[in-house]
Amino acid sequence: MNFEIAQRATKDAASRPVIVDCDIHPLGEAKDLLPYLSQRWREHAQSYGLLPRHGFQSGPAYPKGQPDAARLDSWPPEGRPGSDLAFMQKQHLDFNNVELGVMTMISPAAGAAQNMDYGAALARAMNEWQVAEWTSKEARLKASIVIPYEDPPAAVAEIEHWAGHRDFAQVLILSRTAEPLGQRKYWPILAAAERAGLPIAVHAFGYGGFPVTGGGWPSYYMEEMVGHAQCCQALLSSLVLEGVFERFPGLRVLLIEAGVAWLPSLMWRLDKHQARLASETPQLKRRPSDYIREHVWLTTQPMEEPERRKHFHDMVEWIGIDRLLFATDYPHWDFDDPVWSLPVRLDDTARQALFRDNARKFYGLA
Amino acid sequence: MAPAAPPPQQPRPQLGGIDCDVHPAVPGIEALVPYLDAHWGNAVVQRGLHDLEPTSYPLRAPLTARPDWRPASGKPGGDVVTVLDQALDGFGSRIAILNCLYAVQTLFSEDMGAALARAVNDWLAKEWLDRDPRLRGSIVVPIQNAEMAAAEIDRCAADRRFVQVLLPCLSDQPLGRRLHWPIYEAAQRHGLPVAIHAGSTYRHPVTPVGWPSTFTEDYVAQAQGFQTQLTSLVCEGALSRFPDVTFVLAESGFTWLPAYLWRLTKYWHGLRMEVPWVDRSPADLIRAQVRFTLQPLDAPQDGADVLRVIDHIGSEELLLFSTDYPHWQFDGDDPFPAALPQALRQKILLDNPLATYARIREDLA
Repeated sequence: MNFEIAQRATKDAASRPVIVDCDIHPLGEAKDLLPYLSQRWREHAQSYGLLPRHGFQSGPAYPKGQPDAARLDSWPPEGRPGSDLAFMQKQHLDFNNVELGVMTMISPAAGAAQNMDYGAALARAMNEWQVAEWTSKEARLKASIVIPYEDPPAAVAEIEHWAGHRDFAQVLILSRTAEPLGQRKYWPILAAAERAGLPIAVHAFGYGGFPVTGGGWPSYYMEEMVGHAQCCQALLSSLVLEGVFERFPGLRVLLIEAGVAWLPSLMWRLDKHQARLASETPQLKRRPSDYIREHVWLTTQPMEEPERRKHFHDMVEWIGIDRLLFATDYPHWDFDDPVWSLPVRLDDTARQALFRDNARKFYGLA
Repeated sequence: MAPAAPPPQQPRPQLGGIDCDVHPAVPGIEALVPYLDAHWGNAVVQRGLHDLEPTSYPLRAPLTARPDWRPASGKPGGDVVTVLDQALDGFGSRIAILNCLYAVQTLFSEDMGAALARAVNDWLAKEWLDRDPRLRGSIVVPIQNAEMAAAEIDRCAADRRFVQVLLPCLSDQPLGRRLHWPIYEAAQRHGLPVAIHAGSTYRHPVTPVGWPSTFTEDYVAQAQGFQTQLTSLVCEGALSRFPDVTFVLAESGFTWLPAYLWRLTKYWHGLRMEVPWVDRSPADLIRAQVRFTLQPLDAPQDGADVLRVIDHIGSEELLLFSTDYPHWQFDGDDPFPAALPQALRQKILLDNPLATYARIREDLA
C-alpha cells in the first residue's frame, strides 16, 4: 500500500475544494514535551515513562505496516511525520485547501498512563504544547483537549482549565477505555464536556488493558485495524444503553477513524434487542437509534469502499449525510485524499455538507 | 387479569425447511450422570456440581424464551415432546439441528470439560436423536483443549446423525489461531461444518472496552464478537488451510456482513504483506466458506432493507433457515421478513442448508 507512490496527475491547490479536516495528527516526541512538564514529572518521564497497559516501552502493541504508520512522503527534512508545522502547512493545509483542521493528539497515550498523576501532568503538557507550538502559530488549526480519562476528577479539571479557550474544539478520548465509555465512572467527564459546550471526540486506539477482541488477543495489526469498527460499536452501545444521552441531553459525540458503514446494522440490532429486553434499561425513553441520530457523528476516514459503488448511496441514506464529517488522518498511511477518496459522485449539496458544512456546524462555526 | 382466550386454531405453516439452530436444554446436571463414568459421575454428586447453564442466556430473560415457548415449569427447550411440537411441527420443518448450549466449554478444567462434553453428546443421541428421525445433533467439544476436542469429534462422527461441530463464539483465544486447528482438521476429516454459536466463556470481557453492565449490551456485542472471529479465521489462514470446512455462524445476525466485508477487504488491500497466505479477497473466502443462520434478523421487520442488505452481501447462498427456538427473535409463525421473495425463501429454507450439510443431503437424497 505504502510503497512508491506514483505522483498522480494531481490537482493543484487552487483547483481543490475548500475542506474541513477533522483528523490531523501532530506529533510531539518525548523531548518536545519535556519543557512543558515540571521538574518532578520530567524526572518521572525519563526514569519510568508511561507504563502503558501493554508490553513494549516504545511503540504500539501491534507493529505497524510502515514506520510511524505514516505516508512515506510525510517525513519532513528533520524529525518525524507530523512534527513539523511548516512542512504540514505546505504539504497538507495549503495543498488540500484545508480551511479548518482539527488536531487529535493521540500519542503519547496520556489517558492510559497507569500512574494517574503522571497521566494528568502529561495531558496538561500536551495541551500547552499544542497551543504553544501549533494553534498559536496557525489559525487554521484547532486542538482537542487531551485528558487523563481513567482519572475522571483530573479529567474534569483539565476540561475546565481549557473550557472557553478558542483554540480547543473538543475533548479527546481514545476508544479502548478500561470500562465501556457509557459507564458511570466516566459520567463526570461527559457532564463537564456538556457544561463546556464541547463535543466528546473518540478516536480509535488506546489501551484499556483488555484484549482488543471479546475472544482474546488477535495476532495481527490488520486484525487490530479492522477491529476498531467492532470496538467502537461496543462503546457506542454502552453510551446508548447506559442512558447517557437521557442524562446529558446536550452531549455530542464524534467517532473518529472507526468506519461508518457498520452504523445502520448496529442501530437495527440495538433497536431490536433493546425493545425485547426493555425491562433491563428503563432509563431509555426512546429507541437507541433515535439517540444515535441526534447525538452521534462520525468521521469518514478510512473511507468506506463497497464492492459495488452504488451501495455507498444506500449507506449514506441509512446513516444520514448530516452525520458524516470528512477527515484525512494526515500524516498516516491510510490518509484519505479529499479529491480521490470518495468512491461515488455525490450531488453538490451533499458533497459540500460532507467536506465542509457538517463540520462547520458541528464545531459551531457556521 | 384474566388469561387471554386461546387464539383460534390456525393451520400451521408447512415450510418444509431445515432448521439450523434449535436449542435443547439439559434439564439439570443430574441428567448427565448416567452418561458419565464412575469418576465424573461421583464428582458431580459428591462435589455438588452446579448446573452449567451459560451466563450468555439468563433463563428468565425475555430473549431466552418466546412467551408461547416458555413452559410452565422446567427450562425452555427442556422437553423433547414440546420441542418436536413447537419447533418442528410448528413450522413443518423436515429436519432440525440441535445446538446444545450447556456451558461445558466454560469449565477451567479441561478434563472435566471433556468428560461433560462426552456426556452431553451421549445424552443428546439417546434422549433426543433416538426419539425422532427429524432430529440432528451438533458435536459439543471441549474447546479448552483442541486435541481432546478432536478426539470427541472422531468419537461422535461415527454416528451420522451428528452433522456438525459446535463452538462458542468467544473463548480464550481467537478462533483462527493455530492452537484450534486440530478441531478443524477433525471436522475436515469427517466432512463436518463447524458451527460457531453466540455466547462467551467469559475468559475476557465480551467487548474490547471492558465488561458491560447489561445483558442487552452483552447480547448486542456478540455480533461484534463474530466479526472479530471472522477476521481471525481469515487472517490466520484457517479458511484457506481447511478449504473443505464450512463455518456456520449461528445466532450471529448477518446484516452487519456487507459493511464488515468492505472494511476487511480494504485493510487486506493495505496490509496483506502481513498475512501473505491470504491470497484471495477475504470477501470471496467468506462467501465461499462461511454461512449464517437466519435469526436473529437484525433489521426492520418490513423487509425492504433486508433485501438491500442481501444485495450488498452479493450472494443468496449464505443464509440458512433457523428459528433459534426457543429464543425470542420473532413472533407468530413466519420467521421471514414479509418482502422476501418466495424463491429466496426456498433457498434459505432448503437449498442452502442442503448445500452446507453433506450428511443431511445424503439422508434426504
